[in-house]
Amino acid sequence: MTRYLPPIVLVLLALAPLWLKDPYLLNALITGGIFTIGAISLNLLLGYTGQLSLGHIAFFGIGAYASALTTLGFDVGLFGDIRIVHAGWHPFAGLLVAILVSGACGYVVGRLSFRVRGAYFVIVTICFAEVVRLVALNWIELTQGPLALTSIPQMKIGFPGLGEMTLRTKAQNYYLMLAVATLAYVVVARLVGSRFGRAMRGLKENEQLAMSVGVNATRTLTVAAAISAAIAGAAGSLYAHYFRIIDPDVFLFAYTVTMVIMVVSGGKGALAGPVIGGLIFGTLPVALRPYMAPEAQWIVYGAVLIAILFVMPRGIAPYLDDWFAGRAAARSSAPVAKPQLEGQS
Amino acid sequence: MDQFLQHLVNAMVLGGAYALLGIGLTLIFGIMNVVNFTHGALYTFGAYAMFIASTALGLNFFVALPFAIVAGLALGAAIELTLLRPLRGADIDTTMLVMIGAGIILQSGTLWAFGGVAKAIPSPFPDAPLTLGSVSISWLRLFVLVAAATLIAVAYALINGSRLGRAMRATFQDSDAAALMGVNVRFIYTATFALGSSLSAAAGALLGPVYVVFPQMGDLAAVKAFAIVILGGLGSISGATLGGFILALAEEFGAGYVSSGYRDAMGFLIIIAVLLAKPTGLFARAERVG
Repeated sequence: MTRYLPPIVLVLLALAPLWLKDPYLLNALITGGIFTIGAISLNLLLGYTGQLSLGHIAFFGIGAYASALTTLGFDVGLFGDIRIVHAGWHPFAGLLVAILVSGACGYVVGRLSFRVRGAYFVIVTICFAEVVRLVALNWIELTQGPLALTSIPQMKIGFPGLGEMTLRTKAQNYYLMLAVATLAYVVVARLVGSRFGRAMRGLKENEQLAMSVGVNATRTLTVAAAISAAIAGAAGSLYAHYFRIIDPDVFLFAYTVTMVIMVVSGGKGALAGPVIGGLIFGTLPVALRPYMAPEAQWIVYGAVLIAILFVMPRGIAPYLDDWFAGRAAARSSAPVAKPQLEGQS
Repeated sequence: MDQFLQHLVNAMVLGGAYALLGIGLTLIFGIMNVVNFTHGALYTFGAYAMFIASTALGLNFFVALPFAIVAGLALGAAIELTLLRPLRGADIDTTMLVMIGAGIILQSGTLWAFGGVAKAIPSPFPDAPLTLGSVSISWLRLFVLVAAATLIAVAYALINGSRLGRAMRATFQDSDAAALMGVNVRFIYTATFALGSSLSAAAGALLGPVYVVFPQMGDLAAVKAFAIVILGGLGSISGATLGGFILALAEEFGAGYVSSGYRDAMGFLIIIAVLLAKPTGLFARAERVG
């Protein structure tokens, strides 16, 4: 049953724009979906290697800025004399650059910060995000600082033989988001099922034991961080080209918290976890909006996070898994149990 | 040289408040093994308690300060009793995330109750600064420095001199052995969290009148507290005190001589540099994870 669930969910999600005509709801789904992609990438680190990165929004934001700047072009001076001038490229190239740049940043940060673990790692990642935010705020020549990068072109996608399409409508952007999310899901699923995935989980369970059987801890964690950052960068690129404006506020800690809530509530270390969490917390603001102010919504967010951790510390997905497993066991054990009873009587 | 002395004086004022923040956080981490993400919210809470006490309640400035500190103590105790006590024994990630949730609730609650507009706490001190030679310091800042130094001294006396402090240190070294010796470990956890919270609230109440009070002021304070604690080594109280002053010096001189836009980045760059060079912190104890 659970095997067929992901394709069924995908088909249901793909049908959403056909009956959902309200642009506000569609916008909420796209935004929620973009952050769900971020959550899927965070899950690779948090769920499978057990390292909590609370600076994950840095890679998302770097992807957004990289993509926007690649597309818009820039002209900055370095050390006085040297000028780097870049004319704008195609938005799709922006997406690819975002993936590469974020992935490279993830590699470097992982390389440096995986010298420490646990609480230290958490704090290093927070610091990294904060430094990146301050750079985005202060390097005005490149990023426009608080004035924001505006008029970022919409994403364009070329189809072989069909020419090029500019994604103007919400439905088009929704399908782009869904395609990238599906791709991210598949990449993480393949990775987790591979030898590399076993190495990651081995490190999470018992680092010393994993290393003793030949797992290269630093390399495995660094590669996981790079892939995770690259996916987050892709999500950032989608964000930039969908909203068409980005400012240093994309690096806010609150966005990292949103992704962490999605992963933890859905179930860290479960492929479906960030998707379930993303669907709940992507649609929760829409559901709460008529009833309360945005600040009050955040209070509900915090309360839901605490409630989930108290009631289901492992998240929703593992509980659903257990439930399905329990039903399957009940079905298969019922015919076996009967003859035993008859034999006894 | 004059400018140098001025920066030094400013850094001392800031450093006192930072040290309070750092001591509170490192105490909670060292004794309870909890990464306290409500620390920033408690800093904000202390500043708003000071604001309410000195405006709505009409208390004297010097009465409002202890009021804010006691309010922080009470809120810390409440958080420990409702959220952390049931989770004793849960892994560090779970408590960390619960603390993040509590921090979100506190911060959004403040925003909801007071709005996003920055508030100023009225100061009873004369506007004209005290000038000594080429260095000038406002009376308010001087008071902040003295009050912070006093509170640091009280915290040290409490931890090193009192019966409660001895029980805390015993719990820190080995909670099981402490429990066997008759220490009420559950009470020690509550007392530790309440004490750490009150120190953070005190820092907020002291820096609130110097700057302005707004709901997100705790975000940066929390990250700086982490920086200070890492600098000093997690769980080291003297390390956190020194770390607070080092961070303040780095910020003040970084802003003065390098770039004021990157003032707040100094702390983070220091953390990253320290962790690369000496991951256990500058004043490390032997024990460390990983």
